[in-house]
Amino acid sequence: MNKMNDIRKKLASGLVFFGAWMASAAWAVNDLPGGPAVRELNIQIPATKIAEEQVWLHWFMMIICTVIFVAVFGVMFYSIFKHRKSVGHKASNFHESLKVEIAWTVIPFIIVIFMALPATKAVVAEKDTSNADLTIKATGQQWKWGYDYLKGEGEGISFVSTLDNDQRVMSNNGAVGVDVDDYLLKVDYPLVVPVGKKVRIITTSTDVIHAFAVPSFGIKQDAIPGFVRDTWFRAERVGDFHGQCQELCGKEHAYMPIHVKVLSQEDYTAWVMDQNHKMAALKDDPNKVWTKAELLDRGSKVYASNCQVCHQPNGKGGGPVKPLDGAAVVLNADKSKQIMVLLNGQNNGAMPSWKALSDTDLAAVISFTKNNWSNKTDQIVQPAEVLAIRK
Amino acid sequence: MSAVLDPHGHIAGDHDHDHDHHGAPEGWRRWVFATNHKDIGTLYLLFAFTMFLIGGVLALLIRAELFKPGLQIVNPELFNQLTTMHGLIMVFGAIMPAFVGFANWMIPLQIGASDMAFARMNNFSFWLMIPAAILLSTSFFAPGGAPSGGWTLYAPLTLQMGPSMDSAIFALHLLGASSIMGSINIIVTILNMRAPGMTLMKMPMFVWTWLITAYLLIAVMPVLAGAITMTLTDRHFGTTFFNPAGGGDPVMFQHIFWFFGHPEVYIMILPAFGIISQIIPAFARKKLFGYASMVYATSSIAILSFIVWAHHMYATGMPVTGQLFFMYATMLISVPTGVKVFNWVATMWKGSMTFETPMLFAVGFIFVFTMGGFTGLICSMAPIDMQIQDTYYVVAHFHYVLVAGSLFSMFAGFYYWSPKWTGVMYNETRGKIHFWWTIIAFNVTFFPMHFLGLAGMPRRYADYPMQFADFNALASVGAFAFGLAQVFFLLFIVLPVMRGQGAKAVQRPWEGAEGLEWEVPSPAPFHTFENPPKLDATATKVLA
Repeated sequence: MNKMNDIRKKLASGLVFFGAWMASAAWAVNDLPGGPAVRELNIQIPATKIAEEQVWLHWFMMIICTVIFVAVFGVMFYSIFKHRKSVGHKASNFHESLKVEIAWTVIPFIIVIFMALPATKAVVAEKDTSNADLTIKATGQQWKWGYDYLKGEGEGISFVSTLDNDQRVMSNNGAVGVDVDDYLLKVDYPLVVPVGKKVRIITTSTDVIHAFAVPSFGIKQDAIPGFVRDTWFRAERVGDFHGQCQELCGKEHAYMPIHVKVLSQEDYTAWVMDQNHKMAALKDDPNKVWTKAELLDRGSKVYASNCQVCHQPNGKGGGPVKPLDGAAVVLNADKSKQIMVLLNGQNNGAMPSWKALSDTDLAAVISFTKNNWSNKTDQIVQPAEVLAIRK
Repeated sequence: MSAVLDPHGHIAGDHDHDHDHHGAPEGWRRWVFATNHKDIGTLYLLFAFTMFLIGGVLALLIRAELFKPGLQIVNPELFNQLTTMHGLIMVFGAIMPAFVGFANWMIPLQIGASDMAFARMNNFSFWLMIPAAILLSTSFFAPGGAPSGGWTLYAPLTLQMGPSMDSAIFALHLLGASSIMGSINIIVTILNMRAPGMTLMKMPMFVWTWLITAYLLIAVMPVLAGAITMTLTDRHFGTTFFNPAGGGDPVMFQHIFWFFGHPEVYIMILPAFGIISQIIPAFARKKLFGYASMVYATSSIAILSFIVWAHHMYATGMPVTGQLFFMYATMLISVPTGVKVFNWVATMWKGSMTFETPMLFAVGFIFVFTMGGFTGLICSMAPIDMQIQDTYYVVAHFHYVLVAGSLFSMFAGFYYWSPKWTGVMYNETRGKIHFWWTIIAFNVTFFPMHFLGLAGMPRRYADYPMQFADFNALASVGAFAFGLAQVFFLLFIVLPVMRGQGAKAVQRPWEGAEGLEWEVPSPAPFHTFENPPKLDATATKVLA
C-alpha cells in the first residue's frame, strides 16, 4: 500500500508539474490525514472495510478497462498507421460478419457479469445497517449539520456543527496567503464516535436535500427533508476524518463540512461524560430574567454564529438578503413581530425558521439586533416572551 | 452560408421558372417565414452556436472563479447561477438544437425527400426557441438572479428560488414543445417521404439514429414538462407534490426528472453516433462494418435508456434490490455501446484512410468518447459511486461524453457537410489546427477532474480545500484554451465559409463518401429532389 502511494505521488507530481508551477508556488499545503491529499490521484486512504472494498473495486475496474482500452485502441492505431491511403493501402471490401458481431456482443456481456459479482457483494454489505452499536441522527440544515445521539453510549447528546467562521471569512477574502491544511473543513464541534464500533447514521433535513458524505469511510447518503435514510460505518482507526455536503443545497453549499473525530473507547467515554456535564450546566431556564447587558453579550455570539453569514456583520444584508439595520420589523415596538419571523421564517424559507435555537438564544439575538448598528430601540426581549409565542 | 445567404442562388441549376414564385422570399421574410428545410437547418445551427458561445462564457466564468481557492470573481449565489445556467443553456440551447439543425439539413437530402413533412410547423418549432432562449439568458437580470438550483432543478431547492425560476420553467416548456414538434416532423418525414427504393434498412445511419432519437424525445419531453409543471404549481398554486410538509416527496421529483434525464443523455449522443457512422466509412473508403448490428445496437441503447434512470440516485437511499437492478441495467448498456465502437474500428480496419478534418474529429470522438464510456461504467458500479457521485469525477465523465462525444461529432459533421451547405471548402490547415487545439485543450481541462473527483472534491462548489488547487488551476488553463479554440473556429473557419471565401466545392468533395446528399450539386440548390429520384439497388445513387 505504501509503495503504491509512493509511486502514485511521484506520478502525480510529474504529471502536473505545470499546474504546480502555475498555482501552488504560493501555497505550502500538506496532505490532510483523513481528508484530501495534495494532488491526490485516487480515492482517499480508506478508514473502513467498505471504503477498502471500494478502492479495490475501483482498481479492479480500472485494470479491466485499461486492458480493453489498450486492446481496442491498439487495433485502431495500428490500422490508422498501416491502412492509410498515403502508404498505398487499398481498401478491402468486407463489411459484415455475423460471427464477429455475436462474439463481440457475448464477450463484453460476460465481462460485465464478471464485474457485477464483486460489486453486488459490496452493495449488500454497504446496505446492512442492522445491529448498530451507536445510532446518530445527522440533520442537514442550510448550512450546518445537527447531530443527535439517539441510541447507544452518549444517548441524548445533541449539538450543531458549523464551519469555522474565520475560514468562511478567508474564503470571502479570496483565501489570499492561506496555508491551512483543513481549509473549509474545520468545524466548531466535530461529530465524535468510538473506534471499532458500528455507527449507524440516520440522515434527514429541515429544508432542502443535503448529502452526508465522508470519503475515507466510503459513505454518502442524501439527507432528505421529511424522510429518513440511513447508512453506517465502522472506523478502523482513531483520527480525524473529513467530508463535505455533496448535494447542492443553496448558496453556502461549499461551506458545510463534516468532521468526524474517531476516539478510542476510553477517550470516547470520557468525552460523553464531559458532554453530559456541559449540557447540564448550559441548560437555560426560560423563565430566568436577564439583564440587558447579559442579553446583548449573548446575542452578539448567537448573531455571529447563525445570522451574519447572510445578514453580514454590519447588518445590511445584501442581494436578496434583507437588511436588519433600520428594518421596520426590528424597530417595531410590537416585539412579537420579530419573534414570529425568527420562529417561522419568512419569504418561503429564504429567511429560514430558527425555532431550533433555544428561547434564550432567540431572545438574546433579537435584543441584540434591536440595539445594535443604528438600531437604538432600547427594547429587550426576555426568554419567557419567546416561549409564550412559541406555544 | 453562401448559397443560403445569396437569395438568388436557388435559381441556378436546372429549375424552370415555374418554381420561382414559391422560391425564397427576400430579406428578413426569408428567415422569419422560412419553410425551407435548408434555411431552417441554418437557423437552428446558428442559434445553437450562439447559445454555445453564451454557455461557454458562463463556463469560463466558473473556471476563472475556480482557478484559485477562495472567492475572487463571483459570490457563491452567482456561482450557483452560473453552473445552473451553463448546464441548461448547453443542454437545451446548444446541443439539442444543433442536432435538430443537422437533421433539418441532412435528413431530406439523405432520403431523397423534397423537404420536411410539415414545413410551417418546422418554422414554428424554430421560432419558439427564440423567446425561450431570451427567457433563459436574461434571467440573470431578474430580481434575485438566475435560477441557482442546478440544471437538474431538484426540489425542494427550486421552491426557494426567485421569479427567474418561473421563467426558466416556462422556457423549458417552450423548448420541450419545440422539440416535440421537431420530432414529429422528423418521424413523419423519415417514415413517409423516403424516395422509392430507400427501404428502412438502406437508410443512412444518421437518419436511423435520428429516427430513434425522435421517438425518445416524444416519449420523455412530456415527462420533463410534467415534473417542472408540478414544481410550478408547488411554487405558486399551493400544491405539495415535492413538499414533505404537505405529504409530498422530494425524491419523487428526481425519479420523474431522471426518467426524462437518462433518455435525454442518449438524445444527445445517438445522432452523434449517426454522424460518426457516416464519416468513418467515407474516409476509410470502405462500407460501414455491421450496418444491421449498428441499427440494432442503437435501438437497444434507446430501450435500455428507459430502465436505468435511478443510477443517478444511488445516494438517495434506495433498497438493495433497487441499487442492484439499476446497476445491472446500466452496466448492460456498455454492451451495445461497445458493439458500436468495435464496428467503427472494424470499418477502419483494412480501409484506405485519409485524415481530413472530419475524419480527425471522428477518430478523436471514438478515442475520447470511449474514455467517457469507461468512466460511465465505473460510475455505474453503486459501491464506487458512493465515492464519486456528485464529485468532479461525474463532471469529467459527462463532459467526456457530451463535449468529446456530442460536440466533437458536430464539428466532424460540420467539416464533412459544410461544402455541401455553402459551396466552398473550409481551409484544411485551419481545420486541423482547430482539431488539435480543441482535443488537447479538452483533455487538459477535463482529465484532471477525474483526479479531483476521486480525491473527493464535490461538484458545484464555489470554493474548495487547498489540496485541490493545482488540478483546478490546470483545468482552468485548459478551459480558456478550449474557449479560444472555438472563437478561432467561428472567426477563421465558419465565417469565411459563410461568406463564400475558399476554394469552390465540387459536388463530391470526399472521395469515399456515399449517399444521396452527394448526388446534388454543391452548394445544394434551394430545392432538391422535387421529384422523387430513381435510386440504384443500394439506395446511395440517383439513376439518371
